[in-house]
Amino acid sequence: MARVEPLAVPETVSRRGWAFWLRRYPTVAAGLVILGLMVAIAIAAPWIAGVDPSQINPRNRLKPPSSAHWFGTDHLGRDVFARTIYGTRVSLFVGFAVALLSTTIGLVIGLVSGFLRRLDAVVMRVMDGLMAIPAILLAIAMIALSRASIRTVIIAITIPEIPRVVRLVRGVVLTLREQLFVDAAVSLGAGLTRILAVHIMPNTVAPLVVQATYVCASAIIIEAILSFLGAGTPPDIPSWGNMMAEGRTYVLVGWWLLLFPGLFLSLVVLAVNLLGDGLRETLDPRLRRGARTL
Amino acid sequence: MLGLILRRIGSTVIVMTVVALFVFAMLHLAPGDPAAVIAGDIATQEDIARIRAKLGLDRPIFEQFLLWLGQILTGDLGRSIFSDRPVVELIAQRMEPTLALATTTILFSVLVAVPLGILAAWRAGSWVDRLVMSFAVLGFSIPVFVFAYLLIILFAVNLKWLPVMGYVSFREDFIGFLRSIALPTVALGVTYIALIARITRASMLEVIHQDYIRTAHAKGLSLAPILFRHALKPASVPIVTTIGIGIALLIGGVVVTESVFAIPGIGRLTVDAILRRDYPIIQGVILIFSGIYVLINLVIDIIYTILDPRIRY
Repeated sequence: MARVEPLAVPETVSRRGWAFWLRRYPTVAAGLVILGLMVAIAIAAPWIAGVDPSQINPRNRLKPPSSAHWFGTDHLGRDVFARTIYGTRVSLFVGFAVALLSTTIGLVIGLVSGFLRRLDAVVMRVMDGLMAIPAILLAIAMIALSRASIRTVIIAITIPEIPRVVRLVRGVVLTLREQLFVDAAVSLGAGLTRILAVHIMPNTVAPLVVQATYVCASAIIIEAILSFLGAGTPPDIPSWGNMMAEGRTYVLVGWWLLLFPGLFLSLVVLAVNLLGDGLRETLDPRLRRGARTL
Repeated sequence: MLGLILRRIGSTVIVMTVVALFVFAMLHLAPGDPAAVIAGDIATQEDIARIRAKLGLDRPIFEQFLLWLGQILTGDLGRSIFSDRPVVELIAQRMEPTLALATTTILFSVLVAVPLGILAAWRAGSWVDRLVMSFAVLGFSIPVFVFAYLLIILFAVNLKWLPVMGYVSFREDFIGFLRSIALPTVALGVTYIALIARITRASMLEVIHQDYIRTAHAKGLSLAPILFRHALKPASVPIVTTIGIGIALLIGGVVVTESVFAIPGIGRLTVDAILRRDYPIIQGVILIFSGIYVLINLVIDIIYTILDPRIRY
């Protein structure tokens, strides 16, 4: 009897090694690798930094980078490397928190507003008004009216980001609302909550994930800007914006005070942007040649 | 068409009303007593009461809003808590450097970004395209003030080609003005260039494969007129729209750039106001900047409605 050869099993998605994904989606991979590294740095900050980032050492003021202090020391003799490492925590925390908060709130508002026409007109006018105020100014105004804390900073950055998410979600809802499967669900007696949660929401996930990465990138930048201007994270917390604000006085004598936190800041934002661009091309082919939403 | 324009103006009025409502509500929705926050930690009860009276916080809220709105409509943005001078006057004094910086940045960005975007679209998929687009991602990722300090360290501190900071009015010394505004313009322009280059490439790609472009090639037109006249014209609607929308980005950047380069413009005014918690100034700056932003976009929309009869809102 002839032996039956087993059929060749097609290579399944799960069997493909990381090398395949790396080649297929180089930008996503690059973004993920840098971002993963930064998350690891943030978590392991105490071990990587080696010394206390707040420890003042007046004898070692404004020392350029050396083997003892890789990134030099600041005007109070604190170790810039340790402070830069700890700064990763603030930026990532603010970035992730704002991305999560603004997409969640924007999703709920967008879903409901897209489905209820009467509410829609009012909500969209409010969103238009909110979008007309430059994000940084809005955040500045909110922080000027409350006491500085990381929580205030997160809220102040989240609010200007919400309208963009609402617009995005609403756009998806408006096109889906007229589809047959929604009519079918309505005729089967599904309530508003069920239609929105089960039938509409899953379709918003892909564009929302992409939007969340852009929100995250812009939140990290705005946090740094606010701290730099003295309207952000409290000055006793080592954040990159705070470090650069303190270092700016010494721009003529201590370039390292500005360069290293600035470098880390740009690197993190670059990683998140690469991830976003890669995801956009992967998840949402309709946007492939379109503009980045601002 | 007139109806369209009127409707567009109407919606602009609504947007500005919402902005005003926001700015007003923020003062009242803020956690705690805004008068106490503005007064600071070492204020006495009398100080707080004085600020409360000055901001009109001791009146019923509806009355406060109407009074405030009436003041704005007559061009009165209140008085600074710190210097007690009218906010309108303070802003008007600082307007010139900010407008100058914004103008040079928009000109510089458009002149750099549009050709770059066209080049990337024309050579789509090549290394030139990839280079331009990589630059665009970098431009989005590097915060204005980080890039500003890179420029300062390189061109002002090390090479000593340009002044580290400061502003020279163009009415006093035009060469000095150009030297003082060069680094701020480049620093502020980077994000804007990235944005415009990306949208230019995207909308040129839509057009460049159309039949009439091939026809233009076939009838022997050289490349430059094809790209800049035949292709750029129909691709320009999204580009100009993005330039308009990007002005919000630019305004945020102006505040930071002025702070880095010690330019005595509205951005500096705002930063000083934050440090002193001078809320009337912040309020005034937001209203003016949002107003400028909304007006520019209104004008762009109206121009397009007139130029391109297909556009309908």
